Amino acid sequence: MAGNGDERPRVGILALQGDVREHAGILRRLGVEPVEVRTVEELKGLAGVIVPGGESTTIGKMLVSSGLLDGLRSYFYKGGPVWGTCAGMVLAASATTGPRQPLIGLMNALVERNGFGRQVHSFEKDLDVEGFDGPFTGVFIRAPFFEDVGPGVEVLSEVEGKVVAARGENILVTAFHPELTDDTRFHEYFLEEVCGIERS
Amino acid sequence: MSENGRLTGTFRVKSGMAQMLKGGVIMDVVDAEQARIAEESGAVAVMALERVPADIRADGGVARMSDPEMISGIQEAVSIPVMAKARIGHFVEAQVLEALEVDYIDESEVLTPADEKHHIDKAAFEVPFVCGATNLGEALRRIGEGAAMIRSKGEAGTGNVVEAVRHMRAIVGGIRRLGVLEVDELMSEAKELRAPYELVRWVAENGRLPVVLFTAGGIATPSDAALMMQLGADGVFVGSGIFKSGDPASRARAIVKATTHYKDAKAVAEASRGLGEAMVGREMGDLKEEERLATRGW
Repeated sequence: MAGNGDERPRVGILALQGDVREHAGILRRLGVEPVEVRTVEELKGLAGVIVPGGESTTIGKMLVSSGLLDGLRSYFYKGGPVWGTCAGMVLAASATTGPRQPLIGLMNALVERNGFGRQVHSFEKDLDVEGFDGPFTGVFIRAPFFEDVGPGVEVLSEVEGKVVAARGENILVTAFHPELTDDTRFHEYFLEEVCGIERS
Repeated sequence: MSENGRLTGTFRVKSGMAQMLKGGVIMDVVDAEQARIAEESGAVAVMALERVPADIRADGGVARMSDPEMISGIQEAVSIPVMAKARIGHFVEAQVLEALEVDYIDESEVLTPADEKHHIDKAAFEVPFVCGATNLGEALRRIGEGAAMIRSKGEAGTGNVVEAVRHMRAIVGGIRRLGVLEVDELMSEAKELRAPYELVRWVAENGRLPVVLFTAGGIATPSDAALMMQLGADGVFVGSGIFKSGDPASRARAIVKATTHYKDAKAVAEASRGLGEAMVGREMGDLKEEERLATRGW
């Protein structure tokens, strides 16, 4: 697929701003080639796209100016798998409780930005995740949560009744940052269950 | 601290916050209006302070932490993170800023130091700290004290990028040097650097700092920002460079764009078009020794 003899699947990471390097490191460990995406053309031939953590207002503005807002929508509605972490979860939502900001709108959900408060309230917590054998350490940094979800959204994990991980047909969102831990289960889940990549 | 099984103030949560700011621009603002312009222009965070460094230089006197009233006003005006500065060693200013729930504290040489020997024990706080450094040893000493983010010092308020370049090259060059040393040479190198051995060893093995490295001090143009990114910065602080220029909103947007597309000279060129007057810069030779800020901190 990569055309250079490299048979590894290629998974994109939106690289306008945020913790791109951390996702790339884990993808490489899992035998996947990470591709930094800054333009619409770079979406071509990707087995999946990760929208990383960062500032959702900043990334949102750049999505608009780069044309990637429409580009990602088009990629997604043609069946392209997407995973949003933290800011990526905000951007994936269809509506926000806060001030208006550009959203990609890939998931039927209402998001509360910085739902857990400012940085001094950022936290780590062991989470029960649907389908996971043991707890997963969630690293929440000025994290959002879904206030409400609509049909077609499957809740994977909650913190005190607030949705912090969910998926749809070809989308996964996490309010926390699996890429800041050494636990690769969410990345494997995305690659195998959402992207349908067969890994040996 | 632990509450409802939530563990707050861990180093991962503190340094992780800075990791989310990578590739972004943090802008100095003195009021809510400037903060809104910064957010609207794509800043990833704002630094709330009473006077930008250029004015601190012009006014002279003791520069201190900002009025909580002004910080709260900025927190209410924007949804992006709000940082604020405490004087070097002034742990009570830091306690006050933590109580105000600022998202990051800059223990900054731009303010007048409160302690001539000791920096703040940053590990004791739940709020994360960013500190300035002129070289690798200084960066590792600050990380050893608990800093979760490092920035080059540069000479703030001069509009002259030369010192930031010097500091960034010193830090990145220092990291590269550690990578070629043998393990048994690292202890002596740690002594030279006056830095904790464990951190020296970590950097030697990983080829980078254990925290995010931003740049600061004298960045005034889109090309300045892209230069610092190409030299190895993870992101950019812009102080006086934006709101001391002719057209702050356009310049802010342009610096954000150049920081994102720092490897793409056409994009930087496009961002640099028709920005009007940059801030008036100062030549380093014109600065008296006592006017230099980068020498503050130890």
